[in-house]
Amino acid sequence: MTVETKLAISAQDVRSFSKAHNEPQWLTELRERALANVETLDMIKPDKTNVRSWNFFDFPQLNVEGKVVTSLTELPAEVQAIVEETQQTLYIQHNNTAAYLKVSDELKAQGVIVTDLFTAVQEHSDLVQKYFMTEAVEVDEHKLTALHTALVNGGLFVYVPKEVKVVEPIQAVFFTDHEDTSLFNHVLIVADNFSEVTYVENYLSIGAAKGLANIVEEVIVNDGAKVTFGAVDTLAEGFTTYVNRRGETKRDASLDWALGLMNDGDTISEHITHLRGDGSSADAKSVVVGRGKQSQNFTTEVRNWGKSSDGQILTHAVMKDSSRAIFNGIGKIEHGATKANAEQESRILMLSETARGDANPILLIEEDDVTAGHAASVGRVDQLQLYYLMSRGISRENAERLVIHGFLEPVVSKLPIASVRKQLVEVIERKVK
Amino acid sequence: MSTLVIKDLHVSIEDKEILKGVNLTLNTNEIHAIMGPNGTGKSTLASAIMGHPKYIVTSGSITLDGEDVLEMEVDERAKAGLFLAMQYPSEISGVTNADFLRSAINARREEGDEISIMKFIRELDKKMDFLEMPEEMGQRYLNEGFSGGEKKRNEILQLTMIKPKFAVLDEIDSGLDIDALKVVSKGINEMRGEGFGCLMITHYQRLLNYITPDYVHVMMQGKVVKSGGSELAQRLEAEGYDWIKQELGIEDAEEITEA
Repeated sequence: MTVETKLAISAQDVRSFSKAHNEPQWLTELRERALANVETLDMIKPDKTNVRSWNFFDFPQLNVEGKVVTSLTELPAEVQAIVEETQQTLYIQHNNTAAYLKVSDELKAQGVIVTDLFTAVQEHSDLVQKYFMTEAVEVDEHKLTALHTALVNGGLFVYVPKEVKVVEPIQAVFFTDHEDTSLFNHVLIVADNFSEVTYVENYLSIGAAKGLANIVEEVIVNDGAKVTFGAVDTLAEGFTTYVNRRGETKRDASLDWALGLMNDGDTISEHITHLRGDGSSADAKSVVVGRGKQSQNFTTEVRNWGKSSDGQILTHAVMKDSSRAIFNGIGKIEHGATKANAEQESRILMLSETARGDANPILLIEEDDVTAGHAASVGRVDQLQLYYLMSRGISRENAERLVIHGFLEPVVSKLPIASVRKQLVEVIERKVK
Repeated sequence: MSTLVIKDLHVSIEDKEILKGVNLTLNTNEIHAIMGPNGTGKSTLASAIMGHPKYIVTSGSITLDGEDVLEMEVDERAKAGLFLAMQYPSEISGVTNADFLRSAINARREEGDEISIMKFIRELDKKMDFLEMPEEMGQRYLNEGFSGGEKKRNEILQLTMIKPKFAVLDEIDSGLDIDALKVVSKGINEMRGEGFGCLMITHYQRLLNYITPDYVHVMMQGKVVKSGGSELAQRLEAEGYDWIKQELGIEDAEEITEA
């Protein structure tokens, strides 16, 4: 099947966009090469979700300006609510504009880099070139990765040097308030050997914002390093989203994910971690609330390449109204990954007759000397749990609320910034109501 | 004084009649014990009083101070003053014991008049200390991964925090070692008094060594067949149930298996 991809953007547009941002030549060339391939590459084929009519290619403009602010008080209330004054290191992006950046003196002194992607490619060109669309995500995986590479128009670069331990979490907020949003956002996090960092991000749309988002995020965890990654996505109903979060763990590295996937629009979420090094580990936790008429497809995969690597997947989802979602959990153990472990749990709670949620647990094992397991369930709120809670005087409505919040707690409790945790709880509250 | 009256109660589960006309009157300031062989409907009675969704009351009545309990939703029964310590409490992941208890207490208060967190914590600490429960149990998820004994202790913790008018204790003693049994009994005895009535369902007389009942009832084949004082429990312990069957001419024609 060929999907016709008529792009309003030409190679010339991409060149001038790149030039306008003073990008190094390697990036301009990479963009052009990627754009040339969009036409011929296959479209992404999320299992059991038909995305043919989803709009990932048609948008009126590549760049939507935002407003640079010097003080947090100038930001919309929705953004202020998730940012604490005490936050030491913070990046805020408004539409495609780097609106605010604060990096603690301590991090600067330690050589930690936190900066918007455009600045990063100018000031740390070699470092970005080494990791951008090379180790984790490849340019030519399908149309959307190529399109992303060609049109990347925002994002963040974080680099933590060897043996540096970043104590306070780094926070990023990407918010959009435009009716013609085209967000090709790229986050690149590199934790060098034996470093440690915690990163938390929010994708947020405000007011009448709508459009499309094509997000690629790459997390490179070098030998012995440890990264904790938290995210809360809350793009509104009018957004069509492709979000690809990809991790690479080297020897003895660890990468823990806690994702609150709360978009209200149609979404493809592809979340893969490659446990490349021996003794490395990943814990991929995500929670979802589907509502309205949205259609979503979630793939969470952990692939064990390294010996004694350990991959854990947990997905808890609540489906209501007429929302539909497919949850693919994939644990894959490659040949040679002896003593590897792959575990996964997918649980879906159905709150309405017309919602649909499918859990597809998949284990692909090409090595004998390993351990693996999976558990999957699709069901309704347990009547005996409700009976128990109600027998203590709690109303049926509140009892259901408690059970649902408890069900989504595995991700909420893992988010390391209190204001973001609170925001996720409120989003859940609003969505399940 | 409050009164709970059960009249000619018939209860079925999945079209099988388990209770066949139970009559019982409880007042506050009284402790009643219901004993009987397995499968005679003791736990069914407890579940029917609280409103378990699987148990269908086919006829008869339950009233609390004249109010029709059977017309009430489960949470309304609780707010009216009923409490059931369950034989198999549910596990609820992600909800801490403390948050759950605070919700339960606030459910009984008006909006805007919620219990202050400080006051709640003080109260909780005090009760947990009394029941010899480690402080961390407040922050653990509700009953999740609790041992049998911990669950029973947690039921009593809820009882002492919620302070109902009437508590039904469904085999609160099963699976408890002697130390845990003493602690659980201590909690129940602490509640004893004018504003509190209790119906203890048990299979064993040993619980009654720690909590002396005012009344003892024997259930067989879905009915209360004999009532008496605490001496009745002692005789049952010594002689078993056969003498009652003979006295009343009951034959083991029908065995009822209970969930």
